[in-house]
Amino acid sequence: MRKGASWFNVTSLVLGFAFLYLPIVLLVIYSFNESRLVTVWGGFSTKWYVELLSNQQLLDAAWVTVRVAFFSATLATALGTLAAIVLARSGRFVGRTLFSGMVYAPLVMPEVILGLSLLLLFVAVDQARGFWTIMIAHTTFAMCYVAVVVQSRLAGFDRALEEAAQDLGCPPLRTFFSVTLPIILPGVIAGWMLAFTLSLDDLVIASFTTGPEATTLPMKIYSQVRLGVTPEINAVCTILVGLVTVIVVTASIVTKRQEVLKERDMRQAEAQA
Amino acid sequence: MTSVDRTSVATTAAGSDIPRPPRRRRSAGGWLLIALPYAWLIVFFLAPFFIVFKISLSEIAVAIPPYLPTIDLAEGWSNVVDAVGAFSLENYIWLTQDDLYWKSYLSSVKIAATSTLITLIIGYPIAYGMARAPREWRATLLMLVILPFWTSFLIRVYAWIGILKNEGLLNQALLWIGVIDQPLTILNTNIAVYIGIVYSYLPFLVLPLYANLEKLDISLLEAAGDLGCPPWRTFWTITVPLSMPGIIAGCFLVFIPAVGEFVIPDLLGGSDTLMIGKTLWTEFFTNRDWPVSSAVAVILLLILVVPIVLFQNQQQKAMEKSQ
Repeated sequence: MRKGASWFNVTSLVLGFAFLYLPIVLLVIYSFNESRLVTVWGGFSTKWYVELLSNQQLLDAAWVTVRVAFFSATLATALGTLAAIVLARSGRFVGRTLFSGMVYAPLVMPEVILGLSLLLLFVAVDQARGFWTIMIAHTTFAMCYVAVVVQSRLAGFDRALEEAAQDLGCPPLRTFFSVTLPIILPGVIAGWMLAFTLSLDDLVIASFTTGPEATTLPMKIYSQVRLGVTPEINAVCTILVGLVTVIVVTASIVTKRQEVLKERDMRQAEAQA
Repeated sequence: MTSVDRTSVATTAAGSDIPRPPRRRRSAGGWLLIALPYAWLIVFFLAPFFIVFKISLSEIAVAIPPYLPTIDLAEGWSNVVDAVGAFSLENYIWLTQDDLYWKSYLSSVKIAATSTLITLIIGYPIAYGMARAPREWRATLLMLVILPFWTSFLIRVYAWIGILKNEGLLNQALLWIGVIDQPLTILNTNIAVYIGIVYSYLPFLVLPLYANLEKLDISLLEAAGDLGCPPWRTFWTITVPLSMPGIIAGCFLVFIPAVGEFVIPDLLGGSDTLMIGKTLWTEFFTNRDWPVSSAVAVILLLILVVPIVLFQNQQQKAMEKSQ
C-alpha cells in the first residue's frame, strides 16, 4: 500500500510542477526565436534582446518601475514590520480587531477595488498623480504581505530573550535593534523582497493611481500584449523571470546557510556549557 | 484558541508564580509603535472606501473631477449640507436596470467558484505529495511552488496566450499527435479564463494546504491502515477533515481575488466573458463614469464582505494557535 501511495505522490508532483513550469519555459525558449512569428521556430537568435536595448520607452518604464519598487518595498517593510510586532506583541488594545482586519483584508481584496479607492482618495485631496502616488499605493498593499511574513517569524520566537535583555536594563529601543531585529531579520528580508516583486509586477493598481508622466513596465507590457504576442515581449519577460529567479534562489540559499551556521554555533555553545 | 482557553490563560497570568511578567504600562514609544501603521492603514486603506461610497452617490458630470456634487470644506458647512442633499441612489438603481451588471456579478462568482474547485482538485494532490515527500526534498519542493508566485502575474498570463492560440503550441502539439484535425478555439473563451485563474492562483492554494498537511500526524493514518481501513477511506475520514483549515484558507485565497480579477478575463477571455473586474475597468477607463464604477465597487465589496470576514477570523485563529 505504501509503495502505491508514493507512486501516486510522485506522479502528482511531476504533473503539478510540469503544469506550473511548462508555460514559463516555453516563453523563455521562444524569446530566443529567430522568427517574428512567435509560435513557429525559426532558429536560435538573441536579436530580440539586442533590440530591447534600443527601445528607450521600455527602458524608461523599467527605470520608473525599479525606483517605485525600491521605495515602496523599503517603506512597506518598515510599516509592515511595525504592524507585525503590534499584532504579535501588543496584546489587546482599543481597535485591535479593526487593525488586524485592515492588515489581512488587502491580501484578498480585488485589485480593482484597491486601485479605484486610492485613486479617488488622491483626487479628493487634489494630489497630482504620478510616481509618488503609485509608490504610496504599492506601500499600502505590500505592507500587509510584509506584516504576515514577519509575524510568522515572530510567532516562533522565544520571548524570554527580549525579557532577559530588558531585565538587565536594556532600553526597549535597543532591545529591539540588538535582540529582536537580528532574530526576525530573515523574515524582514523576505518581506522586503516580496514587497519589491509585488510592486514590480503590479498592473492594475498602478494603472489606476498613475499620472500622465509615470508609466511602469507592466503597463507598457500590457498595452503591447493587447496587440498580440511579440518576441520582444517574450524577451522582456524572460529577463524579468531570470531576475526574480536569481534573487529568490540566492536569498533562500543565504538564509539557509545562516540557519545552518546558527545551529552549529548553538551546538558548540551547548557543548561548552 | 477558544474563549475557554483564553480565560484559562488570563487566570494563570493573574496567579503569583507564572513565567510571564506582569503587563507593563504601555509607554509613549509603545503607542507610537501602534499609531504609525494604524494611521497609514486608516488613511490609505479605510478612508478611501468612504470616498468610493460618497462618489457612488454622486452623478456624472463633464468636469474635473468628473462627478457632482463635490464637497469643498473651505466654502463652509452649508456647502456640505447642500452636497449631501444632492446625493442619490440613482447609480444603484441603474445597476439593477441594466442587465450587464448583475450578469457580470453572477458570472464572476460562478467563474471564481468553479476555478476554485478545479484549483483544489489539482492542488490537493500536489500539496499532499509535497507533505509526504522525503524531508530533505521538502525545502526544494516548497521553493519550486513559491517561485512562480514571485514571477509576474502578467507574464504568467501572457505565457498562456502563445500556448492557447489557434495556431498556438497546444494546437500544434495536438494536431501533430493526431488527436484533432481542426485546431481548437480555446483562447478568448471562458475555458481559457478557467485555465488562467487555476494556473495563476495554484500556489495560493498549495502553500496553506501544504503547511497544514505537513503537520498531520502520520501515525493516525498508520493506525487506520492497521485496523483494516482502506486507503481511500482513511483519506476521506481522517486526512480531509484534519486538513480542513488548510483547504478553507486556500480556497478563500483563490476565490476572493478571483471574483474581482481583471487581467485574466481581459487577456484570455473573449468579448462575451463577463467578469465584474473587467466591467468596472471599462466603466472607469473607457466610459469615464466614475460614479457608476464606484457603485459597482461598493456592491462588489458587499458581495465579498462575508468571505473576507470569514477568512480573517480563520487567520486570527491560526495566529492565536501558533503563539
